[in-house]
Amino acid sequence: MSNLYEVLPPELDDDVPVRKVTIRVNGENLSAVVEPRLLLAHLLRQGFKLTGTHTGCDTSNCGACTVLFDGQPVKSCTMFAVQADGHEVMTIEGLAGPSELHAIQEGFKEEHGLQCGFCTPGMMMTSKALLDENPNPTEDEIRWALSGNLCRCTGYQNIVKAVMWAATKLQDQ
Amino acid sequence: MTAVDEIKIGGMGARRRRVEDNRFIRGKGNYIDDIVLPGMLHMEILRSPLAHARIRSIDTSKAWAMPGVRLVLTGETMAARNLAWMPTLSYDTQAVLATDKVRFQGQEVACVIADDPYIAKDACEAIMVDYEPLPPIVNPMQSLAEGAPLIRDDKENQPDNVIYDWEVGDKGGTDRAFAEADVVSKIELHYPRSHPSPIECCGSIADFNRSTSKLTVYMTTQAPHIIRAAVAMVAELPEQMIRIISPDIGGGFGNKVPVYPGYVASILASILLERPVKWIEDRTGNLISTGFARDIYLHGELAMRKDGRILGVRMQTTADHGAFFSDAQPSKFKIGLMHSAFACYDIPNAHLVARGVYTNKAPGGVAYRCSFRVTEAMFFQERMIQAAADDLGMDQAEFRRINFVRDDDFPHRTPWGFLTDSGQYGKCLDVGLEAVGYQDFLKQKEEAAKRGRLLGIGISTMTEPLGAGNSREYDILGIKMFDSAELKVHITGKALLRTGARGQGQGHETTWAQIVAHELGIPAEDILVEEGDTDTAPFGMGTYASRSTPVAGAAVAMVSRKIRAKARKIAAHLLEISEEDVEWELGRFYVRSQPDRGVTIQECAVAAYSNMPDGMEPGLDNTAYYDPPNLTWPFACYIVTVEVDPETGVWDVLRLVAVDDCGVRINPMIVEGQIMGGLTEAYAMANMQFITFDAEGNCIGSNFTDYLLPTAWETPGFELHEVVTPCPHHPIGAKGIGECAAVGGPAAFVNAVIDALKGTGVRNIDMPMFPDRVYEALQTGKDISGAPPVRTGEA
Repeated sequence: MSNLYEVLPPELDDDVPVRKVTIRVNGENLSAVVEPRLLLAHLLRQGFKLTGTHTGCDTSNCGACTVLFDGQPVKSCTMFAVQADGHEVMTIEGLAGPSELHAIQEGFKEEHGLQCGFCTPGMMMTSKALLDENPNPTEDEIRWALSGNLCRCTGYQNIVKAVMWAATKLQDQ
Repeated sequence: MTAVDEIKIGGMGARRRRVEDNRFIRGKGNYIDDIVLPGMLHMEILRSPLAHARIRSIDTSKAWAMPGVRLVLTGETMAARNLAWMPTLSYDTQAVLATDKVRFQGQEVACVIADDPYIAKDACEAIMVDYEPLPPIVNPMQSLAEGAPLIRDDKENQPDNVIYDWEVGDKGGTDRAFAEADVVSKIELHYPRSHPSPIECCGSIADFNRSTSKLTVYMTTQAPHIIRAAVAMVAELPEQMIRIISPDIGGGFGNKVPVYPGYVASILASILLERPVKWIEDRTGNLISTGFARDIYLHGELAMRKDGRILGVRMQTTADHGAFFSDAQPSKFKIGLMHSAFACYDIPNAHLVARGVYTNKAPGGVAYRCSFRVTEAMFFQERMIQAAADDLGMDQAEFRRINFVRDDDFPHRTPWGFLTDSGQYGKCLDVGLEAVGYQDFLKQKEEAAKRGRLLGIGISTMTEPLGAGNSREYDILGIKMFDSAELKVHITGKALLRTGARGQGQGHETTWAQIVAHELGIPAEDILVEEGDTDTAPFGMGTYASRSTPVAGAAVAMVSRKIRAKARKIAAHLLEISEEDVEWELGRFYVRSQPDRGVTIQECAVAAYSNMPDGMEPGLDNTAYYDPPNLTWPFACYIVTVEVDPETGVWDVLRLVAVDDCGVRINPMIVEGQIMGGLTEAYAMANMQFITFDAEGNCIGSNFTDYLLPTAWETPGFELHEVVTPCPHHPIGAKGIGECAAVGGPAAFVNAVIDALKGTGVRNIDMPMFPDRVYEALQTGKDISGAPPVRTGEA
């Protein structure tokens, strides 16, 4: 126990199967006891208090919940938490260290790649996966890579520019 | 000492990077679902699977028995507290939880409050509702037919399904214009039902504290003060005990203006349980039950002389409002600002007849990225203009130009009574035509046609009324549509600004500070902007209808000027001269005869707390309430070129040129962002966004697999241009911009496709112009209607 106490629910229903999972989240091993039906997005948000991962559609269309799962972008509302047991997850909170900004974060701000900000964490995680694999993408490659993430505010043009800004900065580093 | 450099301090015209981004790019925004209160419970809503049915009984016993369930609410629970129905913003009533009948698929029937959202959802499924199906109506023409089932049998004096009949304009004069016309051109359109669909759905957390009697509600609302007033009226709670907090909002677009049953139910649940209750809507709930937009039938005709001058216009609109008339709009106008159509053209006579109809569909009629039905108005206008130009055999650009209100004709009274006050319509059109290479494209089009390729060009030009509005004409539920700003300059010269608006991504935290910087010379980074908390923000009407900059933004300028007026007195005291001898330049007062002798605004701030003149009230705070003298009238010219594939009906955008004149631009970067967002929604309307219903009233388009939003892949690139005609009455010359492209854009896309089909006899394809619709039009040479089905047979 990391606390001196642990609050238990008033009545445990023995009929509900639960399972302990341990996930390496943003470089730290985090554990939880979960029902098998709990979605990874909900464990991250409610269980681990990482509220930067958003949910916007429930049908894996919007991509606001995108995280990196063993380095690959996945929609965390499409995965059960138990499927992540023993795997590595990176959320927006893990993109840069405290008081640091990743080039993608800087790019989104510099190029006005966000407005309401709700889709932004998912957009940036997908962008990170793209740039990890393809450090110098064309506009078409960026648009294709981001086509699983919906944005209602920007019209995407500035998001594309933001990713290009980040690619340039990362290559200069 | 000299004046400060305005761009350096982030004043007007600076492409200042956004302050709010600092938290959003780190995933540290504070949206409704991120908020967790101690002891918080979770609410889920059970919705009706049927579009029209009588409720025989509801059995909640199994739900109550489930572990973790704290409360089950039904219409009966609500009715016992006089909360089964609530007033709408359009003087109708709307069911909170159904008692007698359900009137659309997705209507709220019961709520479960439980320890966990999963448990609440499980328990909803355990509720047994016995429905007696009734015949549903999803087509308003069928709703108007004799013998149609009465949808609102709950209302007295409601013999049929008509909500209102309304008209405006001069019928006699318009009839005479048509009698004198050489050419009369007609068009019939359906602007389909659409949904704003911000990526964040709606939600609330109600927190009633019995010991203090205070009700705090966190809510996804674009207008927290209106909500406070509405809650006070609906829940009969004292207004000082109600605090509405609108946290970061994940997009609004009009979807988050109305009061929804979920908000009301969560409030009652918190009062009954004395614990915080959170309700987070799922996407299907959002799409099938909250504020849809459009869904209107537009018929009209133009009377013209042979030379192309327009003599008169007739419009007839039939709006499908769904089961409850819950539009959020100024109370004087039943069909919003529909009668602002044709405002950029000099037309002497006009007459509009509007009818509103109930159907078994979700209520709404919200202004989706639009100033109260102007989207429909401008779409009709520009489709009509193109059809008329074609009928006359005139060039579509030239036809617009000869009918434009000219630059020296302002102020100009439109035939429906609006006063437009500024613009350079011809110049905007020229900039657009030049940018797209109009003449070259026409040649290219002709060449391509010889090889069987279908190219088309569509133009849409319009001025729209933004920034409601002056108190003579505009109110919601009787509350005048002013707005407000409060500015507190602290002793160190840093400041706190609050307004009655509530941004949802428009960047208020950034731009409002730029206005203060422009007026006072205080660097923008020294100004903290806060909005959205009714306990701290001054009363305002919120953010929608592109009204923030025209109204709240003006209030920011005016409160800054009040501060400057007081600071001037302090400066005179510090400089030991009379006030008349004090001059101002940005950030600094100085002695007229000795410009080197001066004091900065920051030095005045220190003195306001430490060395004020005798008899002066200490401090440097003030509040301004701004009642605009008129609406603002931005102008836009959107030009789209397309190629239509005759084999498949697929159309691709070749170029998209936008020329916007929104007056003075506070932050050009943010303005351009607004335009691009609007263009994307215009493209979405024209191409894919579609919510319809089958004859049984099932909503087709209840998730993002069926209701398509454009992604980065298909969204075209934008070419932006600007013209600046300052607003003559706005303190900093600005006009609204957030919605122009979504309003004026759709017609440009449709006009382009129809232009590509010129010669086939096709005058109209209703949006969205799906490839199968375009293909069918090409094959048959006939117009394509997108109206929902008419039901036949028994229930």
